[in-house]
Amino acid sequence: MKFSLTWLKDHLETDASLKEIVDTLNAIGLEVEGVEDPAERLAGFTVAKVLTAAKHPDADKLQVLSVDTGQGDPLQVVCGAPNARAGMKGVLGLPGAVVPSNGMELRKSAIRGVESNGMMCSVRELELGEEHDGIIELPDDAPVGHSFADYHGASPVIDVAITPNRPDCMGVHGIARDLAAAGLGTLKPIAIPQFGQQGPCPVEIRTDDPEGCLAFYGRVIRDVKNGASPDWLQQRLKSAGQRPISLLVDLTNYLMLAYGRPAHAYDLARLNGAVVARRARPGEQVLALNEKTYTLDESMVVIADDTEVHDIAGIMGGEHSGVSDETTDVLLEIAYFDPARIGVTGRKLGLASDARTRFERGVDPAFLQDGLDLLTGLIIELAGGTASEAVQAGSPPSDPKVLCFDPQRTVRLGGVEVPENEQRRILNDLGFEVGEDWQVTCPLRRHDIEGEADLVEEVVRIHGLDKVASVALPRDEGVARPTATFEQALERKLRRAAAAIGLDEAITWSFLPEAEAAQFGTVADFWTLANPISEDMKVMRPSLIPGLLTAAKRAAKRGADASRLFEIGRRYFKGAAGFSDERATLGVLLAGEKFGRSWDPRVNGGRAQMFDAYDAKAIALHLLEAAGAPADRLMVMDPVVDGEGTQFHPGQSATLRLGPKKVLARFGMLHPATLKAFDANGPVAALEIYLDSLPGRKAAKGPVNFARTPYAPPALQSVTRDFAFLVPHDLAAADLVRAVKGADKANIADVRVFDVFQGQGVPEGRKSFAVEITLQPQDKSYKDADLKAISEAIVAAAAKQGAELRG
Amino acid sequence: MTELSSQKDAALAAIAGADTLDALEEQRLAALGKKGWVSLALKTLGQMSPEERQEAAPAIQQVRGAIADAIETRKGELEAAELEAQLARETLDLTLPAPAIPKGSVHPVSQVMDELAEIFADLGFTVATGPEIEDDWHNFTALNMDESHPARAMHDTFYFPDTAADGGEMLLRTHTSPVQIRSMQATAKQHPGGAPMRLIAPGRVYRSDSDATHTPMFHQVEGLVIDRDIHLGHLKWTLETFLKAFFERDDIVLRLRPSYFPFTEPSVEVDVGYSNDQGRRVVGGSGDDAGHDWMELLGSGMVNRRVLEMGGFDPDQWQGFAWGLGVDRLAMLKYGMNDLRAFFDGDPRWLSHYGFGAVDQPTLSAGVGVAP
Repeated sequence: MKFSLTWLKDHLETDASLKEIVDTLNAIGLEVEGVEDPAERLAGFTVAKVLTAAKHPDADKLQVLSVDTGQGDPLQVVCGAPNARAGMKGVLGLPGAVVPSNGMELRKSAIRGVESNGMMCSVRELELGEEHDGIIELPDDAPVGHSFADYHGASPVIDVAITPNRPDCMGVHGIARDLAAAGLGTLKPIAIPQFGQQGPCPVEIRTDDPEGCLAFYGRVIRDVKNGASPDWLQQRLKSAGQRPISLLVDLTNYLMLAYGRPAHAYDLARLNGAVVARRARPGEQVLALNEKTYTLDESMVVIADDTEVHDIAGIMGGEHSGVSDETTDVLLEIAYFDPARIGVTGRKLGLASDARTRFERGVDPAFLQDGLDLLTGLIIELAGGTASEAVQAGSPPSDPKVLCFDPQRTVRLGGVEVPENEQRRILNDLGFEVGEDWQVTCPLRRHDIEGEADLVEEVVRIHGLDKVASVALPRDEGVARPTATFEQALERKLRRAAAAIGLDEAITWSFLPEAEAAQFGTVADFWTLANPISEDMKVMRPSLIPGLLTAAKRAAKRGADASRLFEIGRRYFKGAAGFSDERATLGVLLAGEKFGRSWDPRVNGGRAQMFDAYDAKAIALHLLEAAGAPADRLMVMDPVVDGEGTQFHPGQSATLRLGPKKVLARFGMLHPATLKAFDANGPVAALEIYLDSLPGRKAAKGPVNFARTPYAPPALQSVTRDFAFLVPHDLAAADLVRAVKGADKANIADVRVFDVFQGQGVPEGRKSFAVEITLQPQDKSYKDADLKAISEAIVAAAAKQGAELRG
Repeated sequence: MTELSSQKDAALAAIAGADTLDALEEQRLAALGKKGWVSLALKTLGQMSPEERQEAAPAIQQVRGAIADAIETRKGELEAAELEAQLARETLDLTLPAPAIPKGSVHPVSQVMDELAEIFADLGFTVATGPEIEDDWHNFTALNMDESHPARAMHDTFYFPDTAADGGEMLLRTHTSPVQIRSMQATAKQHPGGAPMRLIAPGRVYRSDSDATHTPMFHQVEGLVIDRDIHLGHLKWTLETFLKAFFERDDIVLRLRPSYFPFTEPSVEVDVGYSNDQGRRVVGGSGDDAGHDWMELLGSGMVNRRVLEMGGFDPDQWQGFAWGLGVDRLAMLKYGMNDLRAFFDGDPRWLSHYGFGAVDQPTLSAGVGVAP
């Protein structure tokens, strides 16, 4: 809300400086968003007198003026205004001054060969009005050499952000009241004008929707003369950022801006019959003052006559019955609407207005008749006319809230001691009535006051929040205890484990374009925003891969050789009872070169190497182990489960499962179709670890047991033996390894495939697996017979998988 | 014995002249081998009379010793030379690049969240979480913003067309405050009527807003303290203490200004003093000091009675304060990033520059901040 200092002083008797006022506004919760001081804008513009005016030698429309600036010799100024003439007084912009209308800095220059030392200005150039027919003509008594800003009486404009709980401060008077309470002056009382009232109101006024429109006051004024508003009114409206329109419109706006009280003036000639506040009929339409047509429904209140709707109540008037220059008779409306209904209507229609802002937050229910009389008085004073008596339909809320206030609450909640008499003084100044017993009667306009805490806030904000001193929170004895949950600790550990193996943590949007989400299932099953900010941010992600892939794609476009990205975040699914099922997930994406070209031929023959599925597997296992999953018990199984996982290359991806059903992770290469859908270059390896599937820590009762299972390294040296098996070509390595391990669990410590071969010497349909088996003797060293027995058991176990020892 | 002496001189010269280990071995065999002249000379001792032997033996032994020593010495020299030659052959150009070990990084937002958790753990705050896809009851109604509340319009809310089974409108949480409600409810379930609470709730939040300084997704950390006698002074101390620990400086000055949030009463906006250093804001000092100004840091206040009630707490027994703070902005202030949008771009260069090492786990003993 913007207002000029002059306007504020209409309501506040004060000697305070602009800075004091601004600081106080900030200190009491009326945050100043900006101060515009026209004196700054008009710096360098001075009152000047034209001494002589002669024709420009080389231009018909220009004159060469000699101008007295009150200092030194007269200046030569070239001017194109037709009204420039000797003897007149005007406003001269000196070199260095900046023209407000276009931001141009004035300089000494030559215009068509004639030196010019400044510019005589028009009203529009100084942004004082629209007029641009000629330069400003000042009265004869204007003091030459005086700063024009001073002479003009330009007043600084203060822009204050009013929080939604303070509609009473959405008018200058309310702001003045708060400032007065804060000790910055005296609030001037509102003078209600006296005027003659001739006869009853000729228009019947009713409220047929007493819940939506609790009160509707009105009166007719006949024989008014609409036209332009006087300067003082125009200046005030302009300081508030409002364009003056016509006297009648300006005065209703003035009432709203000065007192926070919206009102409406109808052209009586456009009304037919009784004027009624009622519920809109479904589908009823109205052309509003913004020249848009709105379709209404029954939840909305309208003001209508016998033939049509004239006003979307509390929000915007209708075009048809708005006042114009031809208007001679007006019906004034001052009403009290249910704030909630106005808010709902405004949101439904998507229609914002100054009136709505005030009505939906709550106007002063005690300021209907006074507001009507103020407006009437102003109209009669400035536009003439004769007022009828007022009509009052319905009645606004009139029962004030009465609170039992314990002044001790102020220190208990606000943390600052304020003497009781000071508390009483503050509340009184804000319009509260405080009884001897601390029964506090709240002014009706303070819809925000609900309980003692609100009164504490009033006292503390006026007394000064800067007086609240810091008080330490009591500390528990001893060393701080762990505060993270198991899940939080797990995420922290994984994050650092992933970074430690060279992955960069990214944070990507939680929402995806529909087409990307469609790669991961049926979009209808995912959370899709009703009002996305763009089509690219529409569906809540069912996977972390799209965000990472998009980031890697962007990085590649910027020339990055590789992206090793991870993210820990949620995937969003629909859960029970219509709520969300948000699953903590770790995603990793490896795109581009695992390592680049090398001078060293031993590294991939010196060629660059792209990431592959085994890189993803290694990371998945490493991180799962860091997460405490039993890595040695995990099974490598099909990538696709219940239709999920088709984004991966079917032959180069897999799931890691704990038991046949429990999928802990999925890793591998992305499917070429996925890459195509994302317009990304491959190959790209990726993995997701489903943190919600990881085995959790069992909630232990009592102290945590930190002890490990007992272990001592075996005293006897281990023995390794190599075996080469011919196996069916489609036998998975893990199947052979599992079989071999099972041959003698007591002695076989490890089985590792170190060679895979197909080709010369290996029969068709077979391949060769070479495995290194580590045997760990327990209490005595192996004898030849022991080793022979173990070897035979290994060969026998392998044979069950179709493997035969290679000759 | 001049013959022996001249033989010795010749052998010593040959040994010194041997330039390979093989040549040296030849010399050794020629002198000390089974058929070498020294060995043969030794054999002659057996045929001598004891008197002769007594005279000849030391001389021969002396020659044998001198030659053996010379061979050992020469062998050492030759081996050293050979090793030197081998090392020379094996010399690498170590200015060639070694295989890179990728550095890896932790995102600044995560790092700052870890820092927050660490500092607040010391003050006894636990860490709470809640869903990001919320219902309007938890996001608005329970925070004293019923359907018609104008403050709802201050939140540019992302909505879903879906409704929960209980009719609640589903939306993306606009702040971390619903976690207050969920945590209070959980506490009230165990302790009917309420119990002391201290928690922070960091997480993603969403507003339908996008420009140079706003992204539709960002991070907040909620704070909540409830006890019997908690007041605005405790709020001020807590934020001051946290900021002092976070920025690792003692000259943090806060300014409280009255404000309005439906979920707190009284409500305060908290400003922190800062100065400018080459265009970068440096937190510290009073905003009223020369060269300093105030910046809005966060909104907070005493928890509204209605919110306590909605959380299942008895507002006549319990009171407390809450705040909501932007984590991304906090990270920017501390670590000097100037573009919020880059946080969510996933550019490996940016992540590598502004990210943190895996080992930079914030701890109180080593310091929660990481200086470059």
